[in-house]
Amino acid sequence: MHRSSHTWLLVAHRLGIALITLIIVSFAVFFATELLPGDVAEILLGQAATPDAVAGLRDAMGLNEPALSRFLSWLGGLATGDMGRSYVNDISVADLIGRRLSNSLRLAGVVTVICVPFALTCGIAAAMWQDSLLDRLVSILTISVISIPEFMVATLAVLVFAVWLDWLPALSYGADASNFAALLKAYAMPVITLTCVVSAQMIRMTRAAVIETIKTPYVEMALLKGASRRRMVLHHALPNALGPIANAVALSLSYLVGGVIIVETVFNYPGVAKLMVDAVATRDLPLIQSCAMVFCVSYLSLITLADVIATLSNPRLRK
Amino acid sequence: MMQDTQGSERKFSITGHGYSFNMAGRIGLTIILFWAVIAIIAPWIIPYPPGKIVDWDYFGPISESYWMGTDYLGRDILSRVLMGARYTVGISLAGVTLACSGGIVLGMIAAVIGGWFDTILSRLLDAFNGIPSLLFGLVVVAAVGSSIPVLVLTLAAIYLPGSYRFARALAVNVNTMDFVTVARARGEQTGYLIRTEIFPNILGPVLADLGLRFVFIVLVLSGLSFLGIGVQPPHADWGGLVRENIEGLSLGAPAVIFPCIAIASLTISVNMFIDNLPQKIRDRSN
Repeated sequence: MHRSSHTWLLVAHRLGIALITLIIVSFAVFFATELLPGDVAEILLGQAATPDAVAGLRDAMGLNEPALSRFLSWLGGLATGDMGRSYVNDISVADLIGRRLSNSLRLAGVVTVICVPFALTCGIAAAMWQDSLLDRLVSILTISVISIPEFMVATLAVLVFAVWLDWLPALSYGADASNFAALLKAYAMPVITLTCVVSAQMIRMTRAAVIETIKTPYVEMALLKGASRRRMVLHHALPNALGPIANAVALSLSYLVGGVIIVETVFNYPGVAKLMVDAVATRDLPLIQSCAMVFCVSYLSLITLADVIATLSNPRLRK
Repeated sequence: MMQDTQGSERKFSITGHGYSFNMAGRIGLTIILFWAVIAIIAPWIIPYPPGKIVDWDYFGPISESYWMGTDYLGRDILSRVLMGARYTVGISLAGVTLACSGGIVLGMIAAVIGGWFDTILSRLLDAFNGIPSLLFGLVVVAAVGSSIPVLVLTLAAIYLPGSYRFARALAVNVNTMDFVTVARARGEQTGYLIRTEIFPNILGPVLADLGLRFVFIVLVLSGLSFLGIGVQPPHADWGGLVRENIEGLSLGAPAVIFPCIAIASLTISVNMFIDNLPQKIRDRSN
């Protein structure tokens, strides 16, 4: 597949926009947490602090410098991996996040591996037999899952698998992962919940992408010349829907970011999201900022990836 | 974004003006109206004061005096769910109204004026779309502290960019139509163009979009309350009720199930209603 320089220009343009977006987002995150009421030095020292002590700490923390220069030095720190120190326990934020990040990524990875084949099969099947009983059922199920909050999916999963069937432990994340069965049990509930949330989105988008392709004249032509519905979808429509489907997959995976915040909290899973929710409770601003940036970067990368795939797979841009 | 999912053959329309609703749409509308009425009249119909401990037992079962059981302190869940409707429906409605009116007005202005104003505003608001919604809420509430006005404004800020984008895309299409060109040639002002020429022509799809955004806002508000940074105790919206009683989950307590059902009934019925809107309203843009 040879692509013209025009396509690459479009991709470069999209990446440039992503970079600008990232800067605006980091600006928003920084100023939302830094400039709004509640002086950090006063919070840290508590009510009994003398004005002198507060002024001294403000000075030591560099809070008296102009906001813009603090923002730039914070951004520079982020870019070089120096995220500052936690207010609460004075551990380096990079260390705190580093320990948790692998947990969150493992969870996301397992969900992705299960979710993608499952959702693509369901989505394509629903599109192939559009308006059949199967399609109706899939539509109703996915719209129900999309309509309810993530914590409710988690609640239902607990009710079904822990309370009624009694297969899995309810809300505790067992720290002991001594054997494979225990590990499986610890992961099962968060994975089930997230898989439901993400697959529902992915199935809907995949189905829409395939149906969009089925409507095109050349697929209709295949049907008219006598190809079976199955052949029409798998041989004629699907290859041309691959771009939109890949786009749908990347976009749906961005729902992991919101879902993971709820799921890690519900199941007490030691990931970045749990770290951030705990940091919100203690108002540990450097930790909140850095965790927020971790999520924004992953979210933006997935959205950008989806757009780039859509650009690259557009046959009209191929030369 | 999610149109065309329903087959058009199963419409049970009675009157044939193209504005009638099918069965699913009517069920949705009924449930929406039910919750709207409850939100208004809740203080007069609750059987017990929502904050009063009425039962010695906690996580009590469904019984004649407590129709939805009791919560982790022995308070009546029915009363708390009914009062919770005020917070969930009220805050979400205020949020979605702010988000959509702001988004629509800005979107129409951007489409009519065009040029630099349009480019910069679109870029800026698109950037805010790059922040996951729940995360945005977490960060803002962490900084400012949680109160109802903060929640309403935060939710509005989260969903304004999406509403802007949608309204602008529709308005740009209308803006190229002949009647707008004619009006402009007549020398009409931007305000007139927006009010009289553009707005009536994008109203249908914009209302459908408002409904979808309402669902998103209910979900994010419930999520925030579930994380403990939404509506603060002793008050509780439905998400907060689930959080309070989550310990009862392993007992299968009704206290955690009924608030969940309340949220689901509201969001699913709004989705059902929007999906089954009469074609005339939904496809005005085409």
